[in-house]
Formats: sequence, structure tokens, C-alpha cells
Amino acid sequence: MQVAVVDYGAGNLRSVEIALRHLGADFASSKRPEDLAPAPRLIVPGVGEARAAMEALEAGGLDRAIRKFVASGRPVLGICLGAQIIFQRSEERDTPCLGLLPGTVRRFPAGLKAAGLKVPHMGWNRVFHRGDHPLLAGIPEGSFFYFVHAYYSEPADPALILATCDYGLRFAAGVARGNLAAFQFHPEKSGPSGLRLLANFLAWEPRERL
Amino acid sequence: MTVPAQGAASGLARRIIVCLDVRDGRTTKGVRFRENIDVGDPAAMGRFYYEQGADELVFYDITASAEGRGIFLQAVERVAGSLFIPFAVGGGIGTVEDMRRVLLAGAEKVSVNSQAVRRPALIEEGASRFGSQCVVLGLDAARDPESPSGYRVFIDGGRRPTELDALAWAVQAERLGAGEIVLNSIDADGTREGYEIALTRMISAEVGIPVVASGGAGRPEHLAEVLAEARADAALIASMVHFGAYTVREIKQYLAGRGIPVRLE
Repeated sequence: MQVAVVDYGAGNLRSVEIALRHLGADFASSKRPEDLAPAPRLIVPGVGEARAAMEALEAGGLDRAIRKFVASGRPVLGICLGAQIIFQRSEERDTPCLGLLPGTVRRFPAGLKAAGLKVPHMGWNRVFHRGDHPLLAGIPEGSFFYFVHAYYSEPADPALILATCDYGLRFAAGVARGNLAAFQFHPEKSGPSGLRLLANFLAWEPRERL
Repeated sequence: MTVPAQGAASGLARRIIVCLDVRDGRTTKGVRFRENIDVGDPAAMGRFYYEQGADELVFYDITASAEGRGIFLQAVERVAGSLFIPFAVGGGIGTVEDMRRVLLAGAEKVSVNSQAVRRPALIEEGASRFGSQCVVLGLDAARDPESPSGYRVFIDGGRRPTELDALAWAVQAERLGAGEIVLNSIDADGTREGYEIALTRMISAEVGIPVVASGGAGRPEHLAEVLAEARADAALIASMVHFGAYTVREIKQYLAGRGIPVRLE
């Protein structure tokens, strides 16, 4: 097995699996910590609501499994909700999260609607890089990725930000530290650019650990 | 630490969504003389539009029989394996179980229409189970001076009038948890003379969720009009591209030339 996908009832599991199959990856999805533990890399997908996601993870012991996996230094990728729950706290029903990275997940301000911007932020938006990272290799600056979200992460340390996106405000579209990387958009639904990012993850050998 | 964006407040592109009808697992219209593809195969057609740069696809199941529905789900699975952009599935969705089946087959979104009018709780149930982003309301409206907003909701493929006012129903659907509205004008549908601008502008201004304009597209100018003037978040097209008059890329190039932000890669 090349990569394990955490199955905690999140909406986009199937799409992630289909993209991995297309890339020829040998993967397994599981809700059991003991199945995830031996994998060389891990994907935490997710669509839905933070509180429900954290409850589902905690009920299955998956929160501890993810923390241990990250601590082991092997590569971990968070997608969408999976990129939010790695922070300390989410404003979505004021939910304590995994706390792997310092920062808070906030809701897009209500004022966006007056500017003609609807929430959720849904559709294809441009993603800009902050520096180089192996996960962004071969992806042109300003490429479009597919987003669907009403909350965004606000890292406490700007150095965590790997990529940004503009939607009324400039938010972190991607964050990374050590062996943990996470993206707010859906690479599995972002056409060739997204597939490239997933392929980059499958080849990623982090030089540092979180 | 989040700093306000400089220049444009948003880089979000307006979406071009291609709609395909499927009967008994086969697409019913197709580009006849282009490329070497099976125009009846939903996966091949989906792939064709994916490669042209469509932002999203919608597959409507117009099958009547129960056997046909099983074949449709198999087609959805094949579609999911052949393209990597979001797609929605609609037609005959009446229960949470129906929604679960198409989402498990690989669709991102489920479109509900007549069944949600008959039983509005369907929207609420779908949104709480799968999230609002999964639940699209298909709303068929026609002009009616007796309806408060000037437009009445129709169901059953636009054949049956309801008591609902189009604007009131759109607002109610948002409150129930719909994540998006595909707004189809019965008056404009099939005319190829342009989208119903007044209807689209009214609904899009009133709701806080994305509105996809549908019905009436015949030329790229029509998309420019509905995206720029009527403030639609996305535009649905079908026959414009199915019969080969335009490609999605040509339409997007035109829109980009008019200053409308689109994804061109």
C-alpha cells in the first residue's frame, strides 16, 4: 500500500479514491486506526461540518491515530475540512480541533454578500504560491482550483502559508510544515492541476517533521 | 493576520456548466461530426467537455423505468472515473436514499426539483445528511403576472404549475439548506434567444447562495449578458455545444475577451 485514506464518513472520500486510482496509486481507505498506522502516507479528506467531523474522528480513535501518524514524520495531506481540523479551533460551532498547527478556522464575514460575493465560496479560484514547495512543483502560479467552503483557516504563524487565494479577503489556500501539508481546495476535483498536486504528494519525501 | 486582497477582491471565475440528458444510461444529444467519440456514452461525452474546459457538468436522468435507473447509476460511476471536475446528478431524486446512491456513485452534487416542491423537507434532510454543498435546487419558473414576483414555479418537467412564487421558493430553499439554485426559465428554454435576465437578476440578488442561469442560451453573448448584467454565478449550456456550433473553450475565450473572469487553462 502506498497511501491510506481516513474514512470518517466525510463526503468526498469517493472522489479522492477515484483520483488516486486514476494516478495508479495503491491505496486503502479505512475507519480503523490499526489499518492506517502502517501506511507510508496518509490523506485526511473531508467535506461537511467541523463538529460532526471531530466527533466522528474521536469516536473511532482516529484523532489519536492522525496525531501519531503526523508525529512519525511520514507525509500527511489534509483536504478541505481535513485542512481545517488540523488547526486548534474552528468557529464552526466553536469546535476544538486537532491542534497540529497553531491557528483558528474562521467563517467568511457576512459583509461579503454586500460585495456580491456569496458564501459558500464555491467554484474555481486562482491559487498563488508563497515560495517553493515540492507539492506545488509543476503547477503554474495562479492556476485555478475548485473550492467549496464557508470557513477558512487563519494560521497563527504566517510562515505556515504555502499558497493564498482571494475571496473578499486573502486567505490561506494551502499550509505546510514539516511532513504535514493541507489544502482548502479539492485537488481531486481540480482537473489536471489537482491531479498533479496529488501526484506530487505521492512522491513527496519531507526533509523535516512537524 | 489576514490582509485584504489588493486589486480584485475575488479571483473566483464564473462557471460554465454543461448539461447532458441521459435516458436508459445513454446521452440523448451529442456532437455528431467531431472527434472520434461515442456520443451516446455519458462518460465519453463528459470527458469530451472536461477536456474542452467545462467547469462542471450536470447529468439529468430522464429515464422512466426502474431498470433504467440502475443503468443510470452505472453510467454515473463511469463518468466519475473519467473526469476530475465536479458534476451534479438530477432527475427522479425523491429521498435521502436516492441522494446517497448518486453521491456514492461519485457525483458531488444532487439536484432536486419537483420532489422538493412536493416535500420541502427533502432539501433539509439532504443538507443535514450530506452538507448544503451537495444539495442543488432545480427551479423551473415561468412568467405569471399573478405571482407576487412575476414568476411562478412549475414542476414535472415544466408541465405542471404550482402555487409557489419563484422568488419565495428560492428564498425558502436557501433557508432549508440548498447550497445552490439552478434557475431554469421555461419561457426562454429552447428559444436560443438568451437567458431570462430579469428573473435571474432578481433571484441572484435576493439569495446568498450561487445561482446558475439556465434556459435560452444560443450564442456566447447570451452568457456574457447573464453573467455580467444578471449577476449569475454560473451559466448552464446544452444544445449550444451538443450540436457542435461552439466549443466550451470558444465560449470561454469570448467571455474572457469581454472581461468576464473565466477559467482558461
